[in-house]
Amino acid sequence: MASAQHGAMAPITSKIAISAGEMIVSNVCKSYGTGLFEKKVVKDCSFNVERGKLTVMIGPSGCGKSTLIKLLAGFEKPTTGNILLNGKPVTGPGRDRLVVFQESALFPWMTSYDNIMYGPIARGEDDKKARDLAEFLLDKVGLRDFRSKYPMQLSGGMQRRAELARAMINNPEVMILDEPFRGLDAMSKELMWEYYSALYEESRRTTFFVTTDIDEALFLADRLIIMSNIPTRVRATIEVDIPRPRKLADFFLGDRANEVKMTALSLLHEEAMRSFAGGSKAAADFVESYARRSQRA
Amino acid sequence: MNMKKIRRSLFSRTTLRAIVSITVFLILWEAGSRSKEWAGFTMPWIGLVPPPTSVLSVWWDLLGDTGYWQSWYLSLMRVLSGFVAAMVIGIPLGLLMAVSRTFNSITFPSFEILRPIPPLAWVPVAIIFWPTEELSIAFVTFLGAFFTVVINVLGGARSIDMRFYQSAQAMGSSQWDIFRRIVLPATVPSIVVGSSVGMGITWNVVVAAEMISGGGGGGGSGGGLGFFIWNSYVGGSYEQIVIGMISIGIAGYACSELLRGIGGFFTPWLRTR
Repeated sequence: MASAQHGAMAPITSKIAISAGEMIVSNVCKSYGTGLFEKKVVKDCSFNVERGKLTVMIGPSGCGKSTLIKLLAGFEKPTTGNILLNGKPVTGPGRDRLVVFQESALFPWMTSYDNIMYGPIARGEDDKKARDLAEFLLDKVGLRDFRSKYPMQLSGGMQRRAELARAMINNPEVMILDEPFRGLDAMSKELMWEYYSALYEESRRTTFFVTTDIDEALFLADRLIIMSNIPTRVRATIEVDIPRPRKLADFFLGDRANEVKMTALSLLHEEAMRSFAGGSKAAADFVESYARRSQRA
Repeated sequence: MNMKKIRRSLFSRTTLRAIVSITVFLILWEAGSRSKEWAGFTMPWIGLVPPPTSVLSVWWDLLGDTGYWQSWYLSLMRVLSGFVAAMVIGIPLGLLMAVSRTFNSITFPSFEILRPIPPLAWVPVAIIFWPTEELSIAFVTFLGAFFTVVINVLGGARSIDMRFYQSAQAMGSSQWDIFRRIVLPATVPSIVVGSSVGMGITWNVVVAAEMISGGGGGGGSGGGLGFFIWNSYVGGSYEQIVIGMISIGIAGYACSELLRGIGGFFTPWLRTR
């Protein structure tokens, strides 16, 4: 439904001039606590979030991906190492890097429209241009008829789309998405993948996307970063050189997609086994579902 | 159309049940009170309570009595003045404690020592402190709601989701903007809860305070509903005791409904659940 509506519309670039940023993470370590109680969460992590590319990070649950997001967003500071945005170090949160969180962080006391307009109003840019853009984005995310509904009245998928719009209106140079489609049912999840992929293809905004779902990762990624178990490091980087636009219907029929998928899965399996040995419940679940998957394949 | 029908039938069913509930209660009460006449023995406890029919007939005569309405008025005024004062002082105080760590660490310890003291334990001090008895009662009433309001506001403002702050901050919100558009609306539901609990306590306190202090400046039968009950007890009119009790019940219920209405107006996003 969303993607059909979306196809007929003017592309997002007709309304917003996208300025895509680039992030470089080099030798970043993050630990909590000190001395005897020190817990290393991120260890010597280096990677690039390339300009205009969709970089997907995948790793076992609880491997410290969310910590990395906090560092990139500037909510927390790395213990050592540094993070650059367009060559300048990241010192705090800013509208140039907006985060879409795991579960909806829409403000429950504001309607969809007011949520989307939050950023412009906060910066005193509540002018005709901003209101036009809000209308355009409401259309874009298929929420025109739900503009005066509160988040609680929206379905999970609608909430995610409203949140995307709320971030997009601020025209960030880098979008950071922390497992944004987690908790949606399988059906709306796949709809959101197609919808989101088309949206990205339209704008080519630099995006850093974190997930635990391998199909989601593959379908969306230009580049796949596979993380190790805690303390998290980059385990492997895979270029997902599958042409866009991508369609979910035939994407996983392609040889290249399956090849990348098997490589990624076996790496992830190794990492999961390691944390399984460390007694992680999430890892045990993953190992089990991996065994089932490879039987089917 | 269909939804409306369902809603209507549901509504009528609840109303029906409410009517049945109250009617059965009244019949049992009447039977219990008249057990001596009807069954030949006095039922324990309920047998000594005047039956609803005689309560109603005494009430009917009281409806034209200015003293009775004066009691309503006095209690209501004391409750409202104490309650409004508690809101006006308590809400900003709670918010300030939530926002400023320094302010919180200075005020919270004293606040926590004063909070467990029952409002009625303040009655003697209040009488010494305040020049008029009226002010003493209002003050004790104020205390009843004050601590509850503050603790609810503080708790509500403290439990705001971190991600709301982070999103707002990243989108370019200033501190004041975050306070106005995030902290304040996010705390409103706790303010509503705190005020309705506070309102209940206020009624508890005002009645007890009126009984202890002898009804304030009004004197005679014009000393508030608490004094009205006490006076009826001393005068031996059991019907009036019951009338006083039910009056308080009705007044408290009306106040809660009013608060619910006001609270709903300020939290439109919760109405849609």
